[in-house]
Amino acid sequence: MSEWWTYSLADFLMFSPRTYWRLFELYNRDIWPAQLPALAAGAALPLLARRRGAAAQRFLALLLAAAWAWPAWGFLFARYDTINWAGRYFALGFAVEALLIAVLGAAAGRLRIGPFDGAAGRTGLALFLAALLFYPLLAGISGRVWAGAEIFGLAPDPTAIGTLGLLLAARGHSARVLSVIPLVWCLVTGAALWTMNAWQTLLPLAAVLLIVVLPAARHCYKKNITM
Amino acid sequence: MSVVSRRAALRTLAAGGVAAAWPMAALAAPLARPIPSTGEMIPAIGLGSWITFNVGDDPPARAACAEVMRAFFAGGGRMIDSSPMYGSSQSVIGEGLARIGRAGDVFATDKVWVSGAGRGPAQIERSRELWGVDRFDLMQVHNLLSWEGHLATLFEMKAAGRLRHVGITTSEGRRHDEIERVMRSHPIDFVQITYNVLDREVERRILPLAQERGIAVIVNRPFREGALLREIGARALPAFAAEIGAASWAQFVLKFILAHPAVTCAIPATTRVDHVRENLAAAAGPLPSAALRRRMADHVQAL
Repeated sequence: MSEWWTYSLADFLMFSPRTYWRLFELYNRDIWPAQLPALAAGAALPLLARRRGAAAQRFLALLLAAAWAWPAWGFLFARYDTINWAGRYFALGFAVEALLIAVLGAAAGRLRIGPFDGAAGRTGLALFLAALLFYPLLAGISGRVWAGAEIFGLAPDPTAIGTLGLLLAARGHSARVLSVIPLVWCLVTGAALWTMNAWQTLLPLAAVLLIVVLPAARHCYKKNITM
Repeated sequence: MSVVSRRAALRTLAAGGVAAAWPMAALAAPLARPIPSTGEMIPAIGLGSWITFNVGDDPPARAACAEVMRAFFAGGGRMIDSSPMYGSSQSVIGEGLARIGRAGDVFATDKVWVSGAGRGPAQIERSRELWGVDRFDLMQVHNLLSWEGHLATLFEMKAAGRLRHVGITTSEGRRHDEIERVMRSHPIDFVQITYNVLDREVERRILPLAQERGIAVIVNRPFREGALLREIGARALPAFAAEIGAASWAQFVLKFILAHPAVTCAIPATTRVDHVRENLAAAAGPLPSAALRRRMADHVQAL
């Protein structure tokens, strides 16, 4: 792109806020009652993380992979792509994340989420619960129709934020690898929401901040202790 | 309708504060301007589709866009402009034209926007199918992307009778040097640029060059995607706006643009029927003189 410095964030927003929010309304109407099992599966994730044994962790990873696969196809490719030609590429990103979670977590068993202790663990759980329980309320709280609720496992934003919460409570290299796509999405959607003057832009941006700052702070703390 | 009776109608509207119900009766045939390369007359107010017609698969929203197009044609409009970059806008236009039975009346204006000249023809054909027209009246190279190759394709299509006019576009003052070079070196029919009461860079070189070379000028983003009207909309119109029959800031801004002798048409985008009528009405009355245009620009600049 030539003269890229002359472009602002608003130049990349190719739809109106009304059209964007209406997508969720129509989406929810079309997939009802999928919201109920999606919420139930979301609620099961932290419970599975508390169970001992590799099988629970593998099942958790499988559910989480499904939570990324559905919005990839059902929302980003089938619906968002109708108003944003980049939708298909975002869908591909979500599909890759689903695959990575399935391979690293469910197949290889290299993803260990929890326990939810310590600052990172507790913050991660809080972030996940905010994505699962609070995010669906944002449509109504913001004065839009309740039918436009964004739900974890069905809509991309709460899925990415909730996943970052879970990964904040996870250890190891796999968690860092799996954080990349949710982080990028939170930045992308944060920028779009910012341009639309939607205050909920604070949530994906806060998730980015937490996932970057907390592990770094933990690292510094440990380094100071051992010095 | 005479200027006097039109003013009376505008006064009535202003007094009632009923811009939302801009009546068709207040509209005379909008000003038409010739396309310099062919002499064909084209109404000076067209219809843009960036953001406003990108409503996805939402049936009520698509139907609302069709109603905007219906009002546009009923008020004498013809040129509708779109691009493959505009999401679902092309399919919304095509569906709307079919719904209101105006595919034969539209001055179909689109763009080719793809890297690599080899991919241009397929994209243009896909756009044509979405519009549901036999051929485009104007095809432009969007933001000069791969312009050398695409222009060759467009001139070939024009020579073969599969396209009526060829153009190039830019927006918000970008790549004016290159635009100028293309205008000097290629026999294009149209150039599309951003111009309004605040963004006046094109007055220095592009607009005079268009006049000199006989190139029609389409003005995009006349309201800075609505930001200009949001910024100044709450202020009272200056008294001298009445001299040119501008009953709203939208008309004030459009009249400023259309009064430039190089401008062929402006393409404001809207989702509202009353706004499309209001925009068309801006081209149906008197336009400001050069002196008044300077005053208009100074006034807005000072706000």
